[in-house]
Amino acid sequence: MLGSARPGAAGLTPDASPPPPLKAESRDLSFHYGNGFKALNAITMPVHEHRVTALIGPSGCGKSTFLRCFNRMHDLYPGNRYEGAIVLHPDNTNLLADDVDPIEVRMRVSMVFQKPNPFPKSIYENVAYGLRVRGVTNKNHLDDKVEESLRGAALWDEVKQRLNEVGSNLSGGQQQRLCIARALATDPEILLFDEPTSALDPIATASIEELISELKKRVTILIVTHNMQQAARVSDYTAYMYLGELIEFDRTDTIFFKPGRKETEDYITGRFG
Amino acid sequence: MESASALDAPVGATVPTVVSERLARKFSRNLKERAIEALLFLAAFVSVFTTAGIVYILVKESLVFFSHVPLWQFLTDTQWTPLFADAHYGISVLLSGTITSSAVALLVAIPLGTTIAIYLSEFASPRAREIAKPVLELLSGVPTIVYGYFALLFVTPLLQKLIPSLPGFNLLSAGIVMGIMIVPYVASISEDAMRAVPMALREGSFAMGATRLQTALKVVVPAAVSGIAAAYILGVSRAVGETMILAVAAGMQPNLTFNPLEPAATITAYIVQVALGDLPHGSVGYQTIFAAGLALLLLTLFFNLVGFWMRRRYREAY
Repeated sequence: MLGSARPGAAGLTPDASPPPPLKAESRDLSFHYGNGFKALNAITMPVHEHRVTALIGPSGCGKSTFLRCFNRMHDLYPGNRYEGAIVLHPDNTNLLADDVDPIEVRMRVSMVFQKPNPFPKSIYENVAYGLRVRGVTNKNHLDDKVEESLRGAALWDEVKQRLNEVGSNLSGGQQQRLCIARALATDPEILLFDEPTSALDPIATASIEELISELKKRVTILIVTHNMQQAARVSDYTAYMYLGELIEFDRTDTIFFKPGRKETEDYITGRFG
Repeated sequence: MESASALDAPVGATVPTVVSERLARKFSRNLKERAIEALLFLAAFVSVFTTAGIVYILVKESLVFFSHVPLWQFLTDTQWTPLFADAHYGISVLLSGTITSSAVALLVAIPLGTTIAIYLSEFASPRAREIAKPVLELLSGVPTIVYGYFALLFVTPLLQKLIPSLPGFNLLSAGIVMGIMIVPYVASISEDAMRAVPMALREGSFAMGATRLQTALKVVVPAAVSGIAAAYILGVSRAVGETMILAVAAGMQPNLTFNPLEPAATITAYIVQVALGDLPHGSVGYQTIFAAGLALLLLTLFFNLVGFWMRRRYREAY
């Protein structure tokens, strides 16, 4: 409904042009949780550079699990196991390889969560966090980065007067933009969004969506969403997942207007899910 | 029998019997419920009554004491000699012993307790935690008299090897052992506070490329800070009220000092000393223990309230 103001659907823009270069691809990726549950089954999917890729599907289909493979979030909990590979271009690193440090991965692939989760610190320190844990202490550099990131997250004008206030004093939408600024501060190559607007009101949602469309100029974006209109509004590519399988992956306009698979069409048209 | 009468007698006659029977059952059930309620209330009342009784006795007897010794003298005098002919009643003498020994205890308990809490909450595997936590809690089950002898007969001789001039009774050794005694409290409450920090906050930190230690120190501890502060305050309140370790290991002579290398009496140790002695009831010397007890009660009450308030604050945060 909100998207009707911008019906162009980001996905329609690169229609005729050849597909952009790959930023990453998952190859035969399977994932097992510690309790033995196999949440992903042999997923092979490209991620195009400077494009927004949306992951859609009914609850429990594995889309969040898939997203969290890209920054090795599953390593935080014992017993989880990956199979296959997620290759990051241009250097062809397999993010899931045993000899790749998950911390290195997270320095290249940043994440914004479902619920805004600002740290119990000032707005400034929230944004500077990623740089501080990397050992940056130069005040000028930090100042510049904090301002640049807050501008990038369209939050600068609202908070520049109160950078020393606690981040949790902001409104929900502002908190989420603060979390986006935090994720941007370290210049990640890929930005993961895990249902970033599900805890926000429609106006805050619209501003985050606008921001995502803006951000893809500087970073490759993967977004999990429950909201199909949102996928249609913000993404260039869409993957439909069901029960841990990738059912269909294509340009967003193709997925929404002439999907190749019956299951996708049923889900898109609301006959299922 | 009931069903038989219902069949034989006309309908109008049976209804009252059934109703009255139901009423009777309901009545006896209500009676039982009320009796149980009264019993439970009584049980709860006993503890409230005891507390009120303690406060009443302390205040009443202290008033007797303060009718002989003016309050300002109690607060400002620098000698505590209630049993001498030239009697002085300066609570600051006993208070200095309490403060010094508690400070030593906290210097031990805060770093140790916090480190243990960080380990248990952020680093230990579930298995390690399952083993470490009960062992830690076992520490708080050790009778304090055992700690007292441990301080006097093990820690003091050990310390004397480092500091040859250390007297046999001293606040340092008692304070250190008291600190060890408080560690489980500090660690356990701090750990609860840290574990109450939502996982989402940790994930946010890890997702930024932070290590476990960075996450623990830069995100989890600041988020749990009011709970951790509450743990410290409750630790203080335990230290201030601790008796046996000090009575056994710190000596019982009143001594206005903040030097942990000296022997000194604390408020609690003094009360033990007088309560055990054969002072005639009703003498001013005897009344001192109520005034000292009241001072102690107010002190621990204050710390408990602050600790309680801080714990509640962090609970509300999420």
